[in-house]
Amino acid sequence: MIYLQLLLSFLQIGLFSFGGGYAALPLIQDQVVTLHGWLGMTEFTDLITISQMTPGPIALNAATFVGTKVAGLPGAAVATLGCILPSCVIVTVIAKLYLRYRSMDALQGVLAALRPGVVAMIAAAGVSILLTAFWGGDALADLAGTDWGMVLIFGLCFLLLRRTKLSPILVMVLAGVVKLGAAAAGGGAG
Amino acid sequence: MESRKKVLWKLFFSTLYLSAFTFGGGYVIITLMKKRFVDGYRWIEEEEMLDLVAIAQSAPGPIAVNGSIVVGYKLCGMLGAAVAILGTVLPPFLIITLVSFFYQAFRDNWVVSQLLEGMQAGVGAVIASVVYDMAAKVVRGKEASSIAILLAAFAATCFFGVSAVYVVLACILIGLIQTMIKKRRAGK
Repeated sequence: MIYLQLLLSFLQIGLFSFGGGYAALPLIQDQVVTLHGWLGMTEFTDLITISQMTPGPIALNAATFVGTKVAGLPGAAVATLGCILPSCVIVTVIAKLYLRYRSMDALQGVLAALRPGVVAMIAAAGVSILLTAFWGGDALADLAGTDWGMVLIFGLCFLLLRRTKLSPILVMVLAGVVKLGAAAAGGGAG
Repeated sequence: MESRKKVLWKLFFSTLYLSAFTFGGGYVIITLMKKRFVDGYRWIEEEEMLDLVAIAQSAPGPIAVNGSIVVGYKLCGMLGAAVAILGTVLPPFLIITLVSFFYQAFRDNWVVSQLLEGMQAGVGAVIASVVYDMAAKVVRGKEASSIAILLAAFAATCFFGVSAVYVVLACILIGLIQTMIKKRRAGK
């Protein structure tokens, strides 16, 4: 039953993504690409690109995008529900505990241990996105098949992000325009 | 204080507005919520808002959703939370539905596909830059256990394909054990 699968998958994404922002990325990849194959790696990367350029949390955008693709509008609604359900329960419980005890030693300890783990998982998700960009996906990374143009664009973007105050959205759009320009100049061979 | 119905409407439109026009993730929207509800409407005290933000950030799930739940719940109980969630969820839901409707047609267009392909390298760079900052913070903390968790979690997910759920569970367990050990030491 596809609705139940969507619900359970996004329930896990909502339940295990701590720290906001990119923290949901590895979990979404796990559920949506690796486990269920609802999206390919390229579509997954497109989804992140779209999420960067539209408002709203990545997890919610993913829920709607994947839900719509797999099971239409009802699928999107079910996936979104799954995504926010854990928040509803856990946030209310924590709020109540917090008001009662005013001390969160255990929670602080857990968060301290989670932080480096989350950083590492975001890094791993970034690695698989770059593998897709440089070698076109699942193929093993061999030097001959490297898309050096993409490596160059990546390096340029990274430098811009580190050395200037350009917004990430602008840098991403720039990357797209450079690639388009290069492909058009190459006679559309791309 | 305004009537409950009026507060609920204002709450709905505030969260709807913030969700529709905030780019740049949960931390940004939380700051804007504080501006609107503490400085603008004066519905919540500054101190209390800081606690609410802390809860929204430490609970799992999207921070924007968590933030709207705590604020809504604080103002009007369960109904307030429901109204605030609806306001937060609606804009991305509508926008992405529209996007996915056109996605296939767009993706097959040569210009769009070249743009998106180039943007893959851009997204990779954005993530690399974010990870660089976050990892540098962990390393600068000079806490041996944190650095060990960082390396182990990266190896586990990147090289051994361990699911993110297990990494999160392992981190929670380690955090609880560390807290227990610290408490016992402090007790003696």
